[in-house]
Amino acid sequence: MRRVAIIGVGQSHFGELWDLSFRDIFLSAGVEALEDSGLEGKEIEAMFVGNMSSGRYLAQEHIAALIADYAGLAELNVPATRVEGADASGGLALRQAFMAVASGMHDIVIAAGVEKVTDVGSDAAMDILSSSADREWEWFVGANLPSLYAMMARMHMEKFGTGSEDLAGISIKNHRNATLNPKAQFRREISMDVALNSPFVAEPLRLFDCSPISDGAAAVILADETTAKEYTDKLVYLAACSQASDYLSLQNRTDPITMSAVVQASKIAYRQANVSPDEIDIAEIHDSFTIAELIAYEDLGFVEKGKGKEMVREGRTEISGELPVNTSGGLKACGHAIGATGIRQAVEIALQLRGDAGKRQVEAEKGLALNIGGTGATAVVSIFEVA
Amino acid sequence: MLPRFWRKIKYRYDLVGSYCENCGRSFYPPRNVCPNCRRKSNIREIRFGDCGKVISYSVVHDSENTRMRKPYIVAMIKLDDGPVITSQLVCSPDEVQTGMRVRKVFRKYGEEGESGIIYYGTKFVPADSE
Repeated sequence: MRRVAIIGVGQSHFGELWDLSFRDIFLSAGVEALEDSGLEGKEIEAMFVGNMSSGRYLAQEHIAALIADYAGLAELNVPATRVEGADASGGLALRQAFMAVASGMHDIVIAAGVEKVTDVGSDAAMDILSSSADREWEWFVGANLPSLYAMMARMHMEKFGTGSEDLAGISIKNHRNATLNPKAQFRREISMDVALNSPFVAEPLRLFDCSPISDGAAAVILADETTAKEYTDKLVYLAACSQASDYLSLQNRTDPITMSAVVQASKIAYRQANVSPDEIDIAEIHDSFTIAELIAYEDLGFVEKGKGKEMVREGRTEISGELPVNTSGGLKACGHAIGATGIRQAVEIALQLRGDAGKRQVEAEKGLALNIGGTGATAVVSIFEVA
Repeated sequence: MLPRFWRKIKYRYDLVGSYCENCGRSFYPPRNVCPNCRRKSNIREIRFGDCGKVISYSVVHDSENTRMRKPYIVAMIKLDDGPVITSQLVCSPDEVQTGMRVRKVFRKYGEEGESGIIYYGTKFVPADSE
């Protein structure tokens, strides 16, 4: 396998982008990534796009060709492919691009993610996201995405003594980080009082435990090491990009509060990148719900099972801590543009490792991103490093 | 959506699932391939008993599911002689707790407007209730 490097990154604003269309949004991310890389455009050999549900959000399928078309690549006949894994679609696109470059099939490839959700109402938007769970045997009985994560949260609380304050602490941290990110959706701090007094969505999860559903797009350009050096001297390597699956329904998992897909994908990624969890300096973790971030601390091997709460209580994942998590604001406060999220995480880690993260810059040489689909039936773990 | 619902009525109206004769593992909803035995699977249909206990639950206050009146209670229930099933509890939110013994009942889940299909299925009540 060839070493793979990131030579350009771009991201649209995340949020309720009423005045921007699907095409406007992905173009803003793509153009930014192209400008960042110094590519002209015709060097691009292939494109992979992560998108969960353009068919239901926009009644538009066949969007990979559409995106290539509006990105000005139609006459170059660049092959463009859409991949889907619920809100891990972006992570899957990154992995497809990674494999295309690592294998030697292509030298320069774009991995993008995009979702336009606000052309339907908020109930419809949530309904579509909840279709990442089992439609016939979970959603049918009213077990939508928040309630499934809520049942995980209750089990974790009753088994390990995790508290509502611990979950709120994750939300507060991510909101605070988002104030430093000009592209984030919610750029304001929240207090413990506000978080703990927000209305219940699905007990024990409250409004501030749940990420929004956002419009947004992100793009990264990958190249093999030799080609990459022609374009940049600030190389960020994608050392591993691993994927695993699990039972779709929570009810079928032996232990509903261990995400086996996360455990497996991270094991493979650590081995491939030849790093251990304690060498990771920074992470972007899929916090679609606060409990997901806390469980991920454990399943990624940062802390023993059941001790995720200690990471929060000791401030270890704060931006000033030993392992800053979600410096972007995470899904909670940067926003969750479903299919774009996995790529957006890669953009954040690349900016941090390059030293281009502005006010939220931390010292880091190795970074990790975890992108999860639904309640954990798909997980993608990526490891990034400089040098 | 009607045929999608109708064709699984047997499994929705009652606790009918499947089990693997090769290893003894049971499944709800029914599966055609056993994840333990895969090609050696020997799948048979089975009707599970009525009782189980709550292993986790959530009182849902806000849901996009417009068929459901809020708040409602979803739960994961470990059947005494079967697998874990996701269902609804018919009781007061104050009553429910983890470990609670429950028993299955046949209940309405909603309907498609005034002239559409009525969705029935299995829910659970506290085991000691009438």
